[in-house]
Amino acid sequence: MTSVAFLAVFIWAFIGYYSARARALYLVGGVVRDLNSLPRYYGFFVALCILLPGFLFFFLWKSLSSFFLEKRILFFFSDRISDFSSLEVNAFLRNVPGFSDRIQSAGRGPISEKTDLLFDASVLYAHDQWLCNIALVFLTFLVCFLCFMRALHLVTPCMRARARVESFIWWVLACSSAVAVLTSIGILMSLLVQAFRFFSIVPVHEFLFGLHWSPQLSMRPDQFAGSGTFGAVPLFVGTALITVIAMCIATPIGLMSAIYLSDYASLGFRAWAKPVLEILSGIPTVVYGFFAALTVAPLIRYYGELLGLGVAAESALAAGLVMGIMIIPFVSSLSDDVICAVPQSLRDGSAALGATKTETVIKVILPAAFSGIVNALLLAVGRAVGETMIVVMAAGLAPNLTLNPLDVVTTVTVQIMALLSGDQEFDNPGTLAAFALSLVLFFVTFILNLTALRVVRKYRERYD
Amino acid sequence: MTDTQKCKEYFPDATGGASGCAVKLHGRDVNVFYDDKQVLFDVNLAIGEKMVTALIGPSGCGKSTFLRCFNRMNETISSCRVAGRVELDGFNVRDIDVVELRARVGMVFQKPNPFPKSIYENVAYGPRIHGLAGTSAELDDIVTSSLERAGLLEEVHNRMNELGTGLSGGQQQRLCIARAIAVNPEVILMDEPCSALDPIATARIEELIDDLCQNYTIVIVTHSMQQAARVSQRTVFFNLGKLVEEGDTTQIFTNPHDKQTQDYITGRFG
Repeated sequence: MTSVAFLAVFIWAFIGYYSARARALYLVGGVVRDLNSLPRYYGFFVALCILLPGFLFFFLWKSLSSFFLEKRILFFFSDRISDFSSLEVNAFLRNVPGFSDRIQSAGRGPISEKTDLLFDASVLYAHDQWLCNIALVFLTFLVCFLCFMRALHLVTPCMRARARVESFIWWVLACSSAVAVLTSIGILMSLLVQAFRFFSIVPVHEFLFGLHWSPQLSMRPDQFAGSGTFGAVPLFVGTALITVIAMCIATPIGLMSAIYLSDYASLGFRAWAKPVLEILSGIPTVVYGFFAALTVAPLIRYYGELLGLGVAAESALAAGLVMGIMIIPFVSSLSDDVICAVPQSLRDGSAALGATKTETVIKVILPAAFSGIVNALLLAVGRAVGETMIVVMAAGLAPNLTLNPLDVVTTVTVQIMALLSGDQEFDNPGTLAAFALSLVLFFVTFILNLTALRVVRKYRERYD
Repeated sequence: MTDTQKCKEYFPDATGGASGCAVKLHGRDVNVFYDDKQVLFDVNLAIGEKMVTALIGPSGCGKSTFLRCFNRMNETISSCRVAGRVELDGFNVRDIDVVELRARVGMVFQKPNPFPKSIYENVAYGPRIHGLAGTSAELDDIVTSSLERAGLLEEVHNRMNELGTGLSGGQQQRLCIARAIAVNPEVILMDEPCSALDPIATARIEELIDDLCQNYTIVIVTHSMQQAARVSQRTVFFNLGKLVEEGDTTQIFTNPHDKQTQDYITGRFG
């Protein structure tokens, strides 16, 4: 039934499109030049005039009708549910639609005392819903028809259909970007609210400067556990340590491969190497994660022991190395783009002065591409800071405050994941801490991106 | 063979500016290909020392490609292949180390292409690469005198640390000339150096070329026949990859021997 109404809107829009086109052409006797806009714009205009009100009506009717159906059931059975608690009433209302579906497909079946009320309610519900849907189809049809007539009437040769369609497209695009922006703001707000709840329990300075992190709280009053300390410094240090290791790998290799690809490699090699490199960045991080845990970490441990170093089974080094490898394509692909964007005329100018390729790269191309490269590196740092899976699998969960890359460390993202996985109540600081950590993460990446943006802007002004 | 004899041999029709000079650059049977497409056919041309030679011809006739043979810039294009012999002072340019060759044969491009560095650094770039200055005072001297000779010093002497890219188009082109001069080359190749400039900036560059030919051999590719007539002593006309006619500029413009040349300079094609 619902789909019929849905279909009706589309069919009317379709009819509207072709009728409007035909009408516009008819009004000017087939001379397109006499129309304000091309005939198809009249078509789009009328189709939009049908689609928008049609769907608006459809969704309004759907949401309003379910609201009134509930009210009607509550009213009709008010004497029989008078002793229900509000939770029970809600559960009852939630069960009615499902139950009515089941009766329609399977018949009444065995009925117990308890389901009697549900059954009566669902019979009423099914009947009302049937009426509603019939009305929906009929009314949607009517609404579309009225819109069709009205819009078709508006079609005259001097109507500015193109401008109207354009302004509609403006609205669609503006709404899409508004959705993107508002969602981010919404997420930030929810983070802020939850983080403030956390900070009302744990002081900010203790969180930001405390050296011990053990968020385990007693789940039940009789359970023995730590009281929970929330000093996030070990997490910050762990994150920084792994990020630094990753960038130490990714920066030189990524940058040098970008230089090779853009200035040294033959066109043929570049044509297939660059896409391959970009595909590498599409490997899911969990794959890198088990590569880190199963291959790299044992290897590091083996060689560490050969050198007489105590290496933990999981280490910051393993996670950092693999994360670095993960970021290489990211760095090299972005840097390659900016290096290629340096005009050929600069390369020629340098070469004509007798500079070798290497001199040209170091003295002309890298400085000219500097802002873009910094931007690429900052974005890469942002990725490293936010990476979770590799660290979970390769670096462990123990919040050690250490700068030793051979030790187990943990990062902000890993702790967020650990705090929020499993059953959690949202009123204890252990869970709320995740929001505080997320807030910190958000600010760090925010500042990184802001810096990247400023660097790009500052130096771009200088270069062209 | 003495210089004068050489001169007689290569420039039999030479008068005025071209007399008493030696051959600086010499292309013998130069053929150039882009992949399979041949763009230059058996070009033979001698270019005299310390004079201005203009290469003219319609677009795509191969004059820029020919110019780029002299400092081996065609090698930066992977699809380009040069056959034949190109000489600098009688030596095959392919036997000269490319770094040395380009220090001796400087180039100025069609579009001003200063590096995104300060004015000072732009000029100091070449001397630094070739280690021409032992001390920073020497480098300062080279930079100042190059800017001076390019006629730019007066305009920029109090803002040497500003970006070269911030100058006007004509100033940028003179900066590029200063940059080329700073390496103390023997030859300066100019590939349509004024095509991106307004008439006033063009006039300044042309004056500059007049001054520079006291000390340097200049080869200039130009689309403007008036410019060729104004600045050059010798003019060479190319068409469809072939050298059609060469001669003293006055002769080419007043009494061309070839029908194609005549058509071109009178504006009947190209």
